[in-house]
Amino acid sequence: MKYKGLTYTYTAYAFAFFFAPLLLILFYSLTADAAGRDFTFTLAHFARFFDFSHPQYMKVLVDSFRIALISTVICLLLGYPMAYVLANMKPRVRSFLSLLFVLPMWMNFLLRTYAWMSLLETNGLINMLLTAIGLPPITIMYTEKAVILGMVYNYLPFMILPIYNSLIKLDGSLLDSADDLGASPWQTFSKVTVPLTKPAIFSGINMVFMPSVTTFAISTLLGGSSTTLIGTLIENQFKVANDMGFGSAMSVIIMIFVFGTSALSGGSKDEEVGL
Amino acid sequence: MNRRQSKLMKVTSGVYAAFIFLFLYAPIAVLIGLSFNESKLRSSWGGFSLKWYASLFQNDRLMEALWTTLLLALLSAAIATVIGTVAALALHNMRGPFRSVLLSVTNIPMLNPDIVTGVSMLLLFTFFAYPMGFSTLLMSHVAFNVPYVCMSVLPKLKQMNPSLIDAAMDLGMKPMTAIWKVVVPEVLPGVITGFLLAITMSIDDFIISFFTSGVGVSTLSVEIYSMTKRGINPEINALSTIMVVVVLALLIAVNLRPDHKDGEMINIG
Repeated sequence: MKYKGLTYTYTAYAFAFFFAPLLLILFYSLTADAAGRDFTFTLAHFARFFDFSHPQYMKVLVDSFRIALISTVICLLLGYPMAYVLANMKPRVRSFLSLLFVLPMWMNFLLRTYAWMSLLETNGLINMLLTAIGLPPITIMYTEKAVILGMVYNYLPFMILPIYNSLIKLDGSLLDSADDLGASPWQTFSKVTVPLTKPAIFSGINMVFMPSVTTFAISTLLGGSSTTLIGTLIENQFKVANDMGFGSAMSVIIMIFVFGTSALSGGSKDEEVGL
Repeated sequence: MNRRQSKLMKVTSGVYAAFIFLFLYAPIAVLIGLSFNESKLRSSWGGFSLKWYASLFQNDRLMEALWTTLLLALLSAAIATVIGTVAALALHNMRGPFRSVLLSVTNIPMLNPDIVTGVSMLLLFTFFAYPMGFSTLLMSHVAFNVPYVCMSVLPKLKQMNPSLIDAAMDLGMKPMTAIWKVVVPEVLPGVITGFLLAITMSIDDFIISFFTSGVGVSTLSVEIYSMTKRGINPEINALSTIMVVVVLALLIAVNLRPDHKDGEMINIG
């Protein structure tokens, strides 16, 4: 083996900064109060989470998955047609439009979320418009709907991007042969196009679902106290309640669930995106 | 792919694309408009004014956070580029089961949800009672950037002719000199991609910085979060407008490069 020194140095670094911190999460989650130097082994933090007589924490976990799932489905339903429309445009047009598409993604996501705050407020612009044309105002700010809207707004490009990149590489002659062999446009789409872009769909789903299920900023800004997600709970344990053991236990739980779902849908969050 | 389309399909497609673009841009357009509003109230137009820009530049906390963000991005990207390139070299020269272990460990920050990475770094520092501040931010940003650099350099190493390095050493170069004079120039495009990616990731990060910043030191994202949590503030509108303009200018500059691949989207990772 060449360059032993470099290899050992990097191995030491990787274990210290990537692996040890994960072990620490596990350690904190399994000890009574590691922050207070009480290292007694305990399962109390996990028991507190999975307490069936007080299921409030499990309910938060279920809510987080439900909301993330709804956002992911909406992103797929809005994003696939958009990617399809873009991919079918003339190359010159689509390269310009795709530039417009990435632009909002480069803006800080907190600012993008904030943009919706001034639109959705009770006396915000949307309600001003609705009142002006004689419609009743809507209450959406600080509800679950606002959180879902925020997620869809922030993560839609993550769904469109991989699907679009896979569609433009699709071999057109396959679609032509389906046509020639008598398939209807819908059949060609559902039997040829969709199966061929399946890896991209899964990677899009992963890239939307994972940040949605773990976010706490979007839910805090747009959902207020109406929507508590697992991310909010974790953030609270570390920043407010200072219960690092319980916070670590929840981090372990979310890690297991997220890895579980991403294993089910296959692939990592960075696959298929193409740098 | 390009499909023949009926007139109706074309019109529907156009309307749909317009709808999605409206959805993506309307909120940003409103922010830009409001940033020039003299009145603090969003419901009334008090006339054109630049006063929010003026007060933005007098906001010391925000200006300091901007400086921290830029310094952090450059420093962490530079350090991560060195470590990530070493990581790629190490992984490239390894064989057997230990290689896949090291590869999996390297992938941890990329696969983990940001909140878990943030929490785990926070625990690392609290466990060793290391005080939170700029150095903890720097270490965390380096850590989550290393895998991205490594993954951009590794494919370039695979493309390199393996005999090159042997030839260099046969001709009398010391191993380290061979890396510096032969390998690094060979994989330079990957190193540069990794560096740029690391800068972007660092500027874009909120969650990990949120957990690893200390009292008195914060990044722009963390500062924006605490501002937005307090409610609507026209200074943020001004800040957003500046960011949109800067990003637009950068993207146009990048995409006007002659070698830009047609129609392929750039990704922020």
